[in-house]
Amino acid sequence: MNIVVLVKQVPDSSSERTLHESDKTVDRDSASLVINEMDEYAIEEALKVKEAHGGEVTVLTMGPDKATESIRKALSMGPDKAVHVNDPALHGSCALVTSKVLAKALSTLEWDLVIAGAESTDGQVSALPAMLAERLGVAQLTGARKLTVEGSALTVERQTDDGYQVVQAATPAIVSVWDTINEPRYPSFKGIMQAKSKPVTTLTLADLGISPDEAGLGAATSEVVEAAPRPPKQAGVKIPDEGDGGVKLAEFLAAGKFV
Amino acid sequence: MAEVLVLVEHDNGVVKKVTGELLTAARALGEPSAVVLGAAGSAATASARLAEFGAEKIYAGESADIDGYVVAPKAEVLARLVRDLAPAAVLVAATSEGKEVAGRLAVKTESGLLTDVTSIDADGTAGQTIFAGGMLVKSRVRTGTPIYAVRPNAITAVPATGAASRQDIEVSVSDSARAATVTERVVEARGSRPELAEASIVVSGGRGVGSADNFKIIESLADSLGAAVGASRAATDSGFYPHQFQVGQTGKTVSPQLYVACGISGAIQHRAGMQTSKTIVAVNKDPEAPIFELADFGIVGDLFAVVPQATDEINRRKA
Repeated sequence: MNIVVLVKQVPDSSSERTLHESDKTVDRDSASLVINEMDEYAIEEALKVKEAHGGEVTVLTMGPDKATESIRKALSMGPDKAVHVNDPALHGSCALVTSKVLAKALSTLEWDLVIAGAESTDGQVSALPAMLAERLGVAQLTGARKLTVEGSALTVERQTDDGYQVVQAATPAIVSVWDTINEPRYPSFKGIMQAKSKPVTTLTLADLGISPDEAGLGAATSEVVEAAPRPPKQAGVKIPDEGDGGVKLAEFLAAGKFV
Repeated sequence: MAEVLVLVEHDNGVVKKVTGELLTAARALGEPSAVVLGAAGSAATASARLAEFGAEKIYAGESADIDGYVVAPKAEVLARLVRDLAPAAVLVAATSEGKEVAGRLAVKTESGLLTDVTSIDADGTAGQTIFAGGMLVKSRVRTGTPIYAVRPNAITAVPATGAASRQDIEVSVSDSARAATVTERVVEARGSRPELAEASIVVSGGRGVGSADNFKIIESLADSLGAAVGASRAATDSGFYPHQFQVGQTGKTVSPQLYVACGISGAIQHRAGMQTSKTIVAVNKDPEAPIFELADFGIVGDLFAVVPQATDEINRRKA
């Protein structure tokens, strides 16, 4: 079973994040950049399927030059190779355009299964796997907390607001995963050394047959017109419990008409 | 007046609270039409509620195919409506599934999509909070029919009278939309408590709660307030509470009137899911816990003493 894992480099969600003043795109220069957390679970799941069923795991990333660091990091966990879609004209692409570019890139590769994280911590549109399923006309097995592969038959437990659904499909399919699905491995020293020599193919928009006019900020289907940091919250009341903390809490809630 | 399509969130026709919020938001842009997709009988059940929030029309697409396959059938039916009616906009709820419907619809109609919308102005500009609630932005769609995925609890539902005249629409689902079959639906009990994303009060527990058994004191406080129960990632990862109740960056985003955080330090992971709550209360034994930076009211103390005492006092006041 050949698997493509989608990996996105994002600003670390535990650090300060902001938008560029000028074009209001995500500021990736001043932030520390990491693999989108949910994508590590996608990589782990791909490696587990490969270990059980054979095949190759390819990392697919769209991003600027800097994304190379995240690609090597992803490869150090165990995937065989990577494809890096990198073109200056992609800067500022919206989710819709990103899905078009990734769908084109996927059509140049041979795969049975695409595995992605269910959401990214930067844009958090959380619709890209569904968009890819739509564009490629393949089964959408998204929001998985469990994946079972038997031959070409796939079964996932899809997380819902009040529980889960059991969903079945045959390959080819797009699976997206939550952090409930596995525990990602740490790269081994050997893995880190091997990652340095694993093949990384770079694709430009021209390679994919997409005109620069169809991509990037200029072609974005939505735009940010204003951005401001959330106004700081007024400092509240903080009191030590002197035996009547619970009563004081209830009084505060009653004063706010919550009781 | 321009027609605005609202995809109704419902459970066999029982309309969810967010639908009233969507219909209210839609009225800023034009005349709302509710789209009810689901099993036979759903639209009839939903009708009265939709009329109360100003739905002029109800498009009823009833077929077992809607719930029988993952997301794609809903997007197909909506896309056909968008082509036939040329609405001013489409609104869906920003749930996991709502965002996926919106994503597929955006591809089908080559339209821009805005997710986690918290307000919509008459000119179509939308408010969004990004980066875990750390920034507020105003955005707009530049291409096609604007699609808004609106975050539950962000907009106050305001009643308005609507004719709610029903029109049945055909549900014909393509083969590719039948690629992923739903074979089973499992509801994991939350008892009689409100749904986390829609609740007006949420009481959450974190690492400090210490065990699954101890979560009973969080549940008791929640029940005294008629609240939903939430948990931090530390608590769900430790197995104290089921994962679907996780509030945070990797869990649910909630925006209730009142959020009570018990034994939660307030790491950015957690703040991402709750910092837009209107009033925040924290109980933590560590006076330096970052949760206190967000709290309108904080008690520095042992939650095992403070929380049960608060529950008793609330129950006493209600009696």
